[in-house]
Amino acid sequence: MLRQIEGSRAVAETVALCRPEVVCAYPISPQTHIIEALGELVKTGELTPCEFINVESEFAAMSVAIGASAAGARAFTATASQGLLFMMEAVYNASGLGFPIVMTLANRAVGAPINIWNDHSDAMAARDAGWVQLFAETVQEAADLHIQAFRLAEEVSVPVMVCMDGFILTHATERVDLPTQEQVDAFLPPYVPRQVLDPADPYSIGSMVGPEAFEEVRYLAHARQLTALGRIGELGAEFAEAFGRDSGGLVHPYRSADADVVVVAMGSVLGTIKDVIDTQRAAGHRIGALGITSFRPFPIDAVRNALKGARRVVVVEKAISVGFGGVLSTDVAMTLSGLPVPVATVVAGLGGRTITKTSLGDVFEAALGDQLAPLTFLDLNRGLVERELERMALHRRSGPTAENMLRDLGVTGSRIG
Amino acid sequence: MFEVRFHGRGGQGAVTAADLLALAAFEEGRYAQSFPSFGSERMGAPVVAYCRLGEREIRTREPVVAPDCLIVIDPTLVHQVDLFAGLGPDGYVLVNSTRTLHELGLGSLADRFRPERLLTVPATEVAQRQIGRPLPNAALLGSFAALTAQVTIEAVSSAIRERFNRNPSVAERNVAAAAELFQQARQLMTANGRAVLGAPPD
Amino acid sequence: MAVRFYQVGSFAVGNRLANRSDRTVQSDAERANSLTSGHRACQGCGEALGARYALDAAMRATGGQMVAVNATGCLEVFSTPYPETSWQLAWFHSLFGNAPAVATGVAAALRVKGRGDTRVIGQAGDGGTVDIGFGCLSGMFERNDDVLFICYDNEAYMNTGVQRSGATPPAARTATTEAVGANPGNPFGQGKNMPELAMAHGIPYVATATVADLHDLEDKVTRAMEFRGARYIHILVTCPLGWGSAPSDTVRVARLATQTGLFPVFEAEHGEVVRSSPIRRPAPVEDYLRLQTRYAHLFDGQGNPARPDVIAHLQAMADRNIAKYGLIEEEVSSS
Repeated sequence: MLRQIEGSRAVAETVALCRPEVVCAYPISPQTHIIEALGELVKTGELTPCEFINVESEFAAMSVAIGASAAGARAFTATASQGLLFMMEAVYNASGLGFPIVMTLANRAVGAPINIWNDHSDAMAARDAGWVQLFAETVQEAADLHIQAFRLAEEVSVPVMVCMDGFILTHATERVDLPTQEQVDAFLPPYVPRQVLDPADPYSIGSMVGPEAFEEVRYLAHARQLTALGRIGELGAEFAEAFGRDSGGLVHPYRSADADVVVVAMGSVLGTIKDVIDTQRAAGHRIGALGITSFRPFPIDAVRNALKGARRVVVVEKAISVGFGGVLSTDVAMTLSGLPVPVATVVAGLGGRTITKTSLGDVFEAALGDQLAPLTFLDLNRGLVERELERMALHRRSGPTAENMLRDLGVTGSRIG
Repeated sequence: MFEVRFHGRGGQGAVTAADLLALAAFEEGRYAQSFPSFGSERMGAPVVAYCRLGEREIRTREPVVAPDCLIVIDPTLVHQVDLFAGLGPDGYVLVNSTRTLHELGLGSLADRFRPERLLTVPATEVAQRQIGRPLPNAALLGSFAALTAQVTIEAVSSAIRERFNRNPSVAERNVAAAAELFQQARQLMTANGRAVLGAPPD
Repeated sequence: MAVRFYQVGSFAVGNRLANRSDRTVQSDAERANSLTSGHRACQGCGEALGARYALDAAMRATGGQMVAVNATGCLEVFSTPYPETSWQLAWFHSLFGNAPAVATGVAAALRVKGRGDTRVIGQAGDGGTVDIGFGCLSGMFERNDDVLFICYDNEAYMNTGVQRSGATPPAARTATTEAVGANPGNPFGQGKNMPELAMAHGIPYVATATVADLHDLEDKVTRAMEFRGARYIHILVTCPLGWGSAPSDTVRVARLATQTGLFPVFEAEHGEVVRSSPIRRPAPVEDYLRLQTRYAHLFDGQGNPARPDVIAHLQAMADRNIAKYGLIEEEVSSS
């Protein structure tokens, strides 16, 4: 049914349609609306049977999900930013043990400095945790990906993280087609655990594994992700067939077939990028985009196929590997190894910095004119940086950097955008 | 596409107003997108919310930097925040105040914008009387409907009813307030010789 | 409540003299053997002993309808080196600090699946309970989740080589509180009283026990399974490796911990102490300390007190316990 609905609410209602049996809740912006809504659905009896558990930390949230999954229940939780990092030990544990937990990650910057706004630092910090990581471009896709996530997770025994941009998607209302219970039930069969704690068939789960078998266990985790890689595309197609929407899949090309410059990105910024591309196409430029939905497993072949004809690739990413540069762009460059396609990184939108069409247009034009530097920080306030560097050069006790810069900026509360 | 920027203070319902407007447009078959300015605002802090209305899928995630209409829920913001940034010469301004623009010290707006697209309405007072609480956000959309004709008052009422469906009495009082402010806006526009409702921009 | 047997002078449990129903679970040839033989625990391991009795008692109380969640630690490591396991029940290990939360998740899953008759036990050492797992444990307690959590307290991080924990007693030597300097060993005035912290949550049942009185331990586990909600049993388990006691003295050392008053044995319901185990043969703390090299710095080469001040301080702590929990009954005249 078509609804004008907030992103978090759409995700919560969709998750409810997936019949999770245990939902663990710990509040952290910007995911709180999701677990609030699920708590309400459990309390009203609309989502039943379901145990909604208010835990004392994100570490406990993931741990309760692990216990629930080990006992054969379909488990869900949601987090963001510091919360993901606080639960990280359990995040690795869930994937290492092969529990098909689904978690919404309302992408948010990781401090310090503390910052509640959107970027992808949190997801990137969990890149190697062994979870499938799917990125949603719109609220519709965020909702739809959860249905596919449960199916995928349970089929291949790998936990799945559905990444949706914090605030930008979680707090936005837009037109969303929410499926019916019958549709979801037809797509998502009941969870049949591969391993379960059962007194009738008792065994040990979580034994210590030494050097004699650890590599093999890890290899199988990798193999499961490769299986997932194949299934993500198939499930996306099956989903499109059943629901009439092209949500999910590995990658989404946009006007890239004949493009000289292809812009690669993940998440909601693709919408803004597409608008800019339409403008530049109208001006006669051959430019397109490639949205990556599945970041882990990384679709090497699909990305290489989509980009191999380009003259230049620009990766716009909301994260930075400090001391190196891009994170996504590293993967993209690797897929293009051996091809004469240079990859430029544009670090943008950190900590919620607005990514404007104007600024994107400028870097795309620079790329079209072969003028784009290998690494660009979009809309970096160089003056602000220089002033702090100067202070640090002049005074040993120059004080805390973030606070110094805020003082330089003055009042920011009245800024728009 | 028609873009609206709401300015209010935490607790006044700027975000809800943006969501309601999006819902109203949705109910009339249009595409809409609303979102807040994402601060960790507390009661009383300046809040900005955005709403875009269009005939096709709205993809951009940029904040509204060049609005077609400004809705100022809290008139005390007019001299604190750069409210009018990005508003084009054909833009609409709707201010919640018992005073005129002139009295608010905004008389010069008439030089920069089309006077018939500038309007102040006493939404807080109407809300206080109709709803029993000084919550002008939903009611202001009645005046917005009159001023811009971007949405009908019926769609606004329907959106209010849907949003407050758990509390029909609150919904109906908000609908009444919106209806009153719709009428007031029409009368003000006519009385001031500003009968032009304003055709929706492209 | 089963009959308690105290044979004057020996404390031995009179199994063969008792009715079958009053005998220990462990004396039953049909016991579950939840933690079966062949594991890699040290000789004289108090934790292995305590866990075997506790889990078998719980298995009997639940008719085998039980799942155990284990924190990282000695118990987990010595019982499950891949590809072998000593556990003969549904057993799960996730991490060091999350066993209470994992147990909550298991209990929630069982409840939602209509299998609330299957009970959940969480277990950890003192590190996994009072330190790294404390947040999760406190959360499980305050939600009153239907989990019995058992702490096997050997008073330090033994799995990593005997480092201090929040349960390490004052003056004890560990690898991070060495017996050097003016105040050797663990400082006074630190550490957590975990049973009292558990009681402060108002949970239905809290008990302490030791491996010196295994029948009492079984009784308390059995009693705990009569309640629903969060329950906590804190079991003092001798660690020959970390305490520097003879493996053959495991039970003797644990008994002295109770008879000196250093480790009060009691039960509490809904935050109130309802029963304490009286000291039958009071002993000075010196008798307990002398058997353990972790306190060797308190004595000279001949076994005479080298630090009478420290010993007196420890004796005062024991005396406070005796008074607080009423561990020494008033003399009743008898003929």
